[in-house]
Amino acid sequence: MGLLSKKDAKLITDPLADNNPITIQVLGICSALAITAELKASLVMGIAVLFVLSVGNVVISLMRNIIPSKIRIIVQLIVVAALVIIVDQVLKAFAFELSKTLSVFIGLIITNCIIMGRFEAFALANKPWQSFLDGIGNALGYAVILVIVGFFRELLGSGTLFGIPVLGDPIGSPETGPTGVYAFGYENNGFMLMPPMALIIVGLIIWVQRSRNKNLIED
Amino acid sequence: MGLKNNLHNFREKNKDKKWLPAFSAIHTFLYLPNETTHNGTHIKAADDLKRTMNIVIMAMVPCLIFGMFNAGYQHHLAFGEIERVTSGFFSSTFWTMDNFTVGFWKILPLVVVSYGVGLAIEILFAMKNSHEVEEGYLVTGMLVPLIVPIDIPLWMLAVAVAFGVVIGKEVFGGTGMNILNPALTIRAFLFFAYPTWMSGDKVWVHGADPRVQDLANGATPDAISGETILGSLAQNNSSMIDSAGDIWNAFYGFIPGSVGETSTLLILLGGLFLIFTKVGSWRIMLSSVIGAIVMGLIFNGVADAGWISESSKFYGLMSTDFWMHLLVGGFAFGTVYMATDPVTASQTNKGKWIYGFLIGFISIMIRVFNPAYPEGVMLAILLMNVFAPTIDHYVVQGNVKRRMKRLKVKTA
Repeated sequence: MGLLSKKDAKLITDPLADNNPITIQVLGICSALAITAELKASLVMGIAVLFVLSVGNVVISLMRNIIPSKIRIIVQLIVVAALVIIVDQVLKAFAFELSKTLSVFIGLIITNCIIMGRFEAFALANKPWQSFLDGIGNALGYAVILVIVGFFRELLGSGTLFGIPVLGDPIGSPETGPTGVYAFGYENNGFMLMPPMALIIVGLIIWVQRSRNKNLIED
Repeated sequence: MGLKNNLHNFREKNKDKKWLPAFSAIHTFLYLPNETTHNGTHIKAADDLKRTMNIVIMAMVPCLIFGMFNAGYQHHLAFGEIERVTSGFFSSTFWTMDNFTVGFWKILPLVVVSYGVGLAIEILFAMKNSHEVEEGYLVTGMLVPLIVPIDIPLWMLAVAVAFGVVIGKEVFGGTGMNILNPALTIRAFLFFAYPTWMSGDKVWVHGADPRVQDLANGATPDAISGETILGSLAQNNSSMIDSAGDIWNAFYGFIPGSVGETSTLLILLGGLFLIFTKVGSWRIMLSSVIGAIVMGLIFNGVADAGWISESSKFYGLMSTDFWMHLLVGGFAFGTVYMATDPVTASQTNKGKWIYGFLIGFISIMIRVFNPAYPEGVMLAILLMNVFAPTIDHYVVQGNVKRRMKRLKVKTA
């Protein structure tokens, strides 16, 4: 990679797999369970966190030498709150339906442990460019899991992807009846639309990941 | 001796073949091999896992056979082809070959799918972890067909069994390590994933559901009701049990419901058999019944005192006589065959009393307060499965504390 040094590249690639914020650090679970019933919502949530985390990391990193350590949490909160309000307003202006689906969970990005965690653990001690890359990496790691979970939940729960029916029409016209796989008696799995199933899917991802890389297994 | 030795020799001869784990996994299935350990002292006990599991299955076989007769009986009754049973348990309208045949061909596929999928997954995991198949699934595989509606599509059952065995059992380490009862995990999965096939007033009688209806019969879908007594009570309708004969029929099991859970009489006999053979815990069964009666009496008291209006949606089940709760729905079946599962229940004697009592208590509470889904026993058992280790922990700690006190008094 010519653009990034090896060390910098690791900042992006590490959180994607071996140090994933959701499956390894088990942070940001609440939103991963709550909004992944639809792929579109998962993707938008991922992008929102990408924006907040990368910009927030840069801001905190720039201010890292002037923030008194006693009030650093408050400063971090103000930064992330300001960014979240921007995201929230943009969504309300340009994608109102989607912002209603995501409801409080955009606002709750403020309390997403991944963001506070990266501010504390990385941005406060590193230069802006590295902090930016770290933000991108962690947000992508978060988004990847959200999209995987959202893909399975929407496909198996509603039979659609991004709202487009891909498994056929469950009701169909009165003459022909259901089409696609529904013609064979297939039915959508209602359990997939409930948050507990997201937890189980995240668990399965963790299972697959750790059985492929034994180093990740803790005692 | 012949077969055992041949199997053993076969295994020795093919020791370095690649497929041997597959054979080893099922090598000791249902019998004890002749191989013995030569060093050290060993205690041999007759009540190993294989025997325990077989006894539970024996206790369930009457329910299965009865379920086959009942499936046919309910089918013919709903289509108006035979009269309602009025002449006791050995009624000749119930025990007919015709009833049995209809039920047999409906229930056999459920059993085959349940065992086929479940054992395939068990063998797969046994091979992967290179240990022998444990007999844990034998009981689960028999329970599953007994606790589902008769017309459940087979592929749904297969998906649910796969889910239940993998997520409910194998991820925790297989037989003996599971937190939740696998059979109930399977049923809970079906209920939440495909609710239209697991509840309502159509699914309990073969052929009553328009989705599986045999149109050649010429019956109009709306004319047939497949509602359970519990379901109708939840709708403030007690017309299904307004005579003594109806109540006896509910006790005998001539009522619609999941395949094997209708006959309280046979479940009672199965329960006595389990208690007699010391496989099932009488403490759990008894305390669970006590819990249900206490909760039922509380609700009866509330209804009698007039604290709840008759138009309330809770009134129907709240005013149901407390003993009626023991006869209808899956309460008896869950208490006898699933709450007593030794893996997921409490282990301490005092813990068993608490565990069972809360199962009964919460079952009836869920029934009454959730009329949309009156079958509370499944959720109650799953909930208490989760709490069983906590109960045990406090019972053990309490014991330790008590004895420490005694020790101090003595030494002081």
